[in-house]
Amino acid sequence: MELTKLNLVETKKLLSDKKASENEIVADYLKRISEVDPKIDSFLFVDEKAASQNFDGILGGIPIAHKDVFNTDGMPTTAASKILENYVPPFDATSVEKLKVAGSVILGKTNTDEFTMGASTETSAFKKTKNPWDLERVPGGSSGGSAAAVAADLCVFATATDTGGSIRQPASFCGVTGLKPTYGRISRYGVISMASSLDTIGVISKTVEDAAIALEIMAGQDSRDATSGSAPVEKYSENLRTDLKGLKIGIPKEYFIEGLDSGVEKVIREGITQLKKLGAEIVEISLPHTEFAVPTYYVVASSEISANMARFDGIRYGPTVANSEVENLVEMYFENRTRGFGDEVKRRIMLGTFALSAGYADKFYKKALQVRTLIKKDFDDAFAEIDLIATPVAPTTAFKLGEKTDDPVQMYLEDIFTAPVSLAGVPAVSIPAGFVGNLPVGLQLIANQWEESKLLNAAHAFQNSTDFHLQKPKI
Amino acid sequence: MRVMKITKDLIQHIAKLARIRLDDSQVQKFTQQMGDIVGFIEKLNSVDTAGIPETNQVNGMENVLREDKVENFPRMEELIACSNNPIENNQIKIKKSI
Repeated sequence: MELTKLNLVETKKLLSDKKASENEIVADYLKRISEVDPKIDSFLFVDEKAASQNFDGILGGIPIAHKDVFNTDGMPTTAASKILENYVPPFDATSVEKLKVAGSVILGKTNTDEFTMGASTETSAFKKTKNPWDLERVPGGSSGGSAAAVAADLCVFATATDTGGSIRQPASFCGVTGLKPTYGRISRYGVISMASSLDTIGVISKTVEDAAIALEIMAGQDSRDATSGSAPVEKYSENLRTDLKGLKIGIPKEYFIEGLDSGVEKVIREGITQLKKLGAEIVEISLPHTEFAVPTYYVVASSEISANMARFDGIRYGPTVANSEVENLVEMYFENRTRGFGDEVKRRIMLGTFALSAGYADKFYKKALQVRTLIKKDFDDAFAEIDLIATPVAPTTAFKLGEKTDDPVQMYLEDIFTAPVSLAGVPAVSIPAGFVGNLPVGLQLIANQWEESKLLNAAHAFQNSTDFHLQKPKI
Repeated sequence: MRVMKITKDLIQHIAKLARIRLDDSQVQKFTQQMGDIVGFIEKLNSVDTAGIPETNQVNGMENVLREDKVENFPRMEELIACSNNPIENNQIKIKKSI
């Protein structure tokens, strides 16, 4: 039996039926990683000695992977950046700790764009991850390592982060399920920050039900993250529905625009028809400020990035120039940062520094914060009338490696359908909805803040009535 | 239409504020790319935001307080050992700052 093909629920059943042992499963995954990962480069670090230690929890013996921005005690945590090369933290992120307590086994750390800044995983300082469906194409990003690893059956599920689309777009490109919960639903403590008012912790998995189980474990208020929310965590995986009767789903007209690939649009329209077949009422809605979301996002995110990245100076962690090489402290900062950061990180630090600098802060930063209010209001107004929103995740399927690396604005436009959700702090999921040629397409479902239950119910109903999530890439 | 011109001098000024050194070819490349990006974000000027408040925090949490007491990180020595600079008395030794 190929154990690695199984999803979380199936693997748990296999274990509870005693048809395989925890360490057999871990060994199977490690073997598959050694055979398959050289082709797709989804891992930055593999723990060859990974073994099950806690057999009793909900995830007893379940092998998972963490995106390499999650601090993992005793395991390298690099954010795919040279400035953190060889950094081994002596602590776990809250979400990692919770998953450990539940019994999960960490197989390793997955590749990402450097400090999660990118939409293709190509800005990683160490590796370029390939899309398991087509090795000449990107897996999306920034959680491209986690998405590719799940798609290629190299872990049961993987953690990920989403600031402007970094869970949903790679999930769409790799044909897997990607859940970005409400901002603050899962503690950010111990996850390396990109943009603190937008960063959201989530999961990439093989099914919605698996994501629901992971969310139950990871979610909840944390005294170490003041922005984590107090809303009660529900038993999302229990009583998942199989129909959508009584639900009103809005289709925003601003998401079906020029630039949306016709093949992708066809898949999304068919997905909406499927939602209707399941009993949902479909209505057209308007989110009028959609076109301003990407520019707003890049001002807000870059401004926060310029502040968050200030801590990376080579003093407390990461490689550093020798004291003898520099005259004074400021020169040391210059040297460490110039050598340590890649171009995209430098670009965003500079954009944020610019947007916050004297003379420009009102024109750019303050303006973007005001437009953010309008974008949030678009969603508030919509959710006063409807339950969920259905849209494409990305305007295209996975693009070729190198296709957009020289044109930052084109790369930023990858976030056109995902950034509005991030700015509003609402939860969303990307679920496999079909293919254009051999390449997967994800459907995005969006709910109001803290309504993950409604979101996951609808996504599960869709998955229960379709088989797109069961297709596997041939690698 | 681009309203604001991004010059090489501005790029060098920003890089200095951000403690990043750029070589000539990077200044050239970043000047052009930042020009494109700023042109793109200037689209926001067309939105009427008169009287619209700013959004800094989106999920409604505010004034999350805790007791003001000192807590030591349990594995302090390991944490400080993450530094690649010289360590003395559990402190990182660096160059003089002024």
